[in-house]
Amino acid sequence: MSDTDVAATPPTGGIDHHVSVDPAAPAEPRSAADGGPDMVQLLTPEGERIANAQYDEIIDAMSNDDLRGLYRDLVLIRRVDQEATALQRQGELGLWASLLGQEAAQIGAGRAMRTQDHCFPGYREHGIAWARGVDPMRLIAMYRGVDKGAWDPAEFGFHPYTIVIGNQSLLGTGYAMGIQRDGAVGTDDPERDAAVIACMGDGATAQGDNNEAFVFAGVYNSPVVFFCQNNQWAISEPNERQTRAPIYKRADGFGFPGIRVDGNDVLGVYAVTTAMLDRARSGEGPSLIEAFTYRMAAHTTSDDPTKYRVSAEVEIWKLRDPIARYRRWLTSEGIADADFFDAIDREADELGEHVRSATVSMADPDVSDIFDQVYVEPHRQVQDDKAAFTAYNDSFAAEEARA
Amino acid sequence: MTTTKSTIAKAINAGLRKAMENDPKVILQGEDIGKLGGVFRITEHLQKDFGEDRVIDTPLAESGIMGTGIGLALRGYRPVVEIQFDGFVYPAFDQIVSQLSKLHSRSRGAVKVPVVVRIPMGGGIGAVEHHSESNEAYFAHTLGLRVVFCSNPEDAYWMIQQAIECDDPVIFYEPKRRYHEKGEVDFDAPAAPRDLFSAHTVREGTDVTLACWGPMVRTCLDAAKVAEEEGTSIEVIDLRSVSPLDIDAITRSVEKTGRLVVAQEAPSFVSVGSEIAALVTERCFYSLESPVIRVAGWNTPYPASKLEEHYLPDLDRVLDGVDRALSH
Repeated sequence: MSDTDVAATPPTGGIDHHVSVDPAAPAEPRSAADGGPDMVQLLTPEGERIANAQYDEIIDAMSNDDLRGLYRDLVLIRRVDQEATALQRQGELGLWASLLGQEAAQIGAGRAMRTQDHCFPGYREHGIAWARGVDPMRLIAMYRGVDKGAWDPAEFGFHPYTIVIGNQSLLGTGYAMGIQRDGAVGTDDPERDAAVIACMGDGATAQGDNNEAFVFAGVYNSPVVFFCQNNQWAISEPNERQTRAPIYKRADGFGFPGIRVDGNDVLGVYAVTTAMLDRARSGEGPSLIEAFTYRMAAHTTSDDPTKYRVSAEVEIWKLRDPIARYRRWLTSEGIADADFFDAIDREADELGEHVRSATVSMADPDVSDIFDQVYVEPHRQVQDDKAAFTAYNDSFAAEEARA
Repeated sequence: MTTTKSTIAKAINAGLRKAMENDPKVILQGEDIGKLGGVFRITEHLQKDFGEDRVIDTPLAESGIMGTGIGLALRGYRPVVEIQFDGFVYPAFDQIVSQLSKLHSRSRGAVKVPVVVRIPMGGGIGAVEHHSESNEAYFAHTLGLRVVFCSNPEDAYWMIQQAIECDDPVIFYEPKRRYHEKGEVDFDAPAAPRDLFSAHTVREGTDVTLACWGPMVRTCLDAAKVAEEEGTSIEVIDLRSVSPLDIDAITRSVEKTGRLVVAQEAPSFVSVGSEIAALVTERCFYSLESPVIRVAGWNTPYPASKLEEHYLPDLDRVLDGVDRALSH
């Protein structure tokens, strides 16, 4: 697109953080920018607490145990992620999608959920999985190729990882429509009212399914919180290749609130998600949270980000690290001390050791997994193929017996 | 047994009503299915009787209809989603193939998605483009789905209920040009006359087996009648289900007749008919007196409606196929 074309289609009023869509033009990459004045931030990168009239009471209601628990979550899931990345490099996993840099967004959101809430994740939501009690080894089993992510969603309120980008937003919206039909919205019973978190990334906002999910949730006023982790990059494409308008502002057009929150601020994400989930459970309908964060590592272990982004940008985001700022704040507030941090580090070491040993000793699946549970009820063609495969395998045994 | 004359359209409506009465978790959703009762009136009066929470007029977005339908199923509902016309299913194709068909197996059985996808299918109504397609091969090729066709009012009434009761996802095809054809239905029978996934020999014969489904069943029965007058005895099998395929019903018949003609509206290339030909060749090669013949839509996109009579296999083309089988 030429400069003339851009000039001929000026942005409409109200769009900020606008950068030119001309790839030759950008003065500074949008992916290095901060979240702008609309972004909710309770904790600065330096670890300073910013007062916020709307959200302070949510944080004030947390006990020191809760606050220390968030730190433990952040550190432990980062360790799981590091180990999994290393295990992939050693050939133990087929692939790994790192959450490095997004720990606060995921732990904040995951810990804001109640037991009866449900999350519909993409494939990088290891932190939410952790908060929901899914054993990280279940995630690793999927990336090792042992299964396809076979935890029971009902047990954890955490649905299967979804690899086709955006599909899960519609599943989550439909699930929320079911919650409405169960009468589990707006009853004021904190044990009963439920809501859904549907996850997406900035890349997924371009998908039709996400936009259809916004339409359905808006029309039916369903209890779903769309949780977008804008990590600035969809593999190699910066988010200006996905959207011209800021993501959180899209919600306006669908008739529900959109909020940008500092995704590297665990308190901010926790507070905003808590508020939006409460809103959904009480029957006030959907919302969109844009957690403004950064994917510090590659998209997955299969790509090389140095080919498409500059290291200066990564350096800028290193200074916004979610764990370092939270640790500073916990320390300055006297909520946690060196003994606590050391104990968490030791626990992380133990967890890392466990992840390594449990991965390398993980049993291969049984070949019958190919055929079993394709259907609930028997299906003739699957049965025929299983019989054929069994006969084929048995033929080798018979041959060996003859030899 | 007291039977009542009903059309396929009214029989499906009655079947949906019965399923909704029997199970409060049955929910319908689709475009225009509420107040209007669907563009073919298949869901007529159901919203009035069961309410807007159970008969949902959706936004005009097929992937949305499908994806939220799956979500409802994950919450424990049994959604029956209507795709308004065969050619409008493609925006929902991703959700059907990527999620609906796979969630049970990828969760190793933890998740069930008992969704029924109703699709009015096939040509013959003089419609504009995208309203006359027979796209069953796409879904039959996707394991994890079940794909069935009703061809007469009695089956329509029972099969829709059986599909809803099935714990697996079912693509439920309705032959739209046959919607208003009448037949006897025993609405008060205690149970369905046959298994949802079994073929039904609708006419016995000895010279040639004619396998068909959906709208082609009527055509094939008419063809068999004409052939009889000419001295040829045709056995007509209504497959009813193309996934799973009741292959034994076909091979049993072919072992008797030695000849098989498969008749379908879909193009023959890489089709259900092709699969049947391959299976029959593998399984009863020594019973075959002739190659398996496919009588099908031509291998082209569906034509403009003024040409559809030349595209759709009719009685004469079916009999021509029978003649070709008999010429060996």
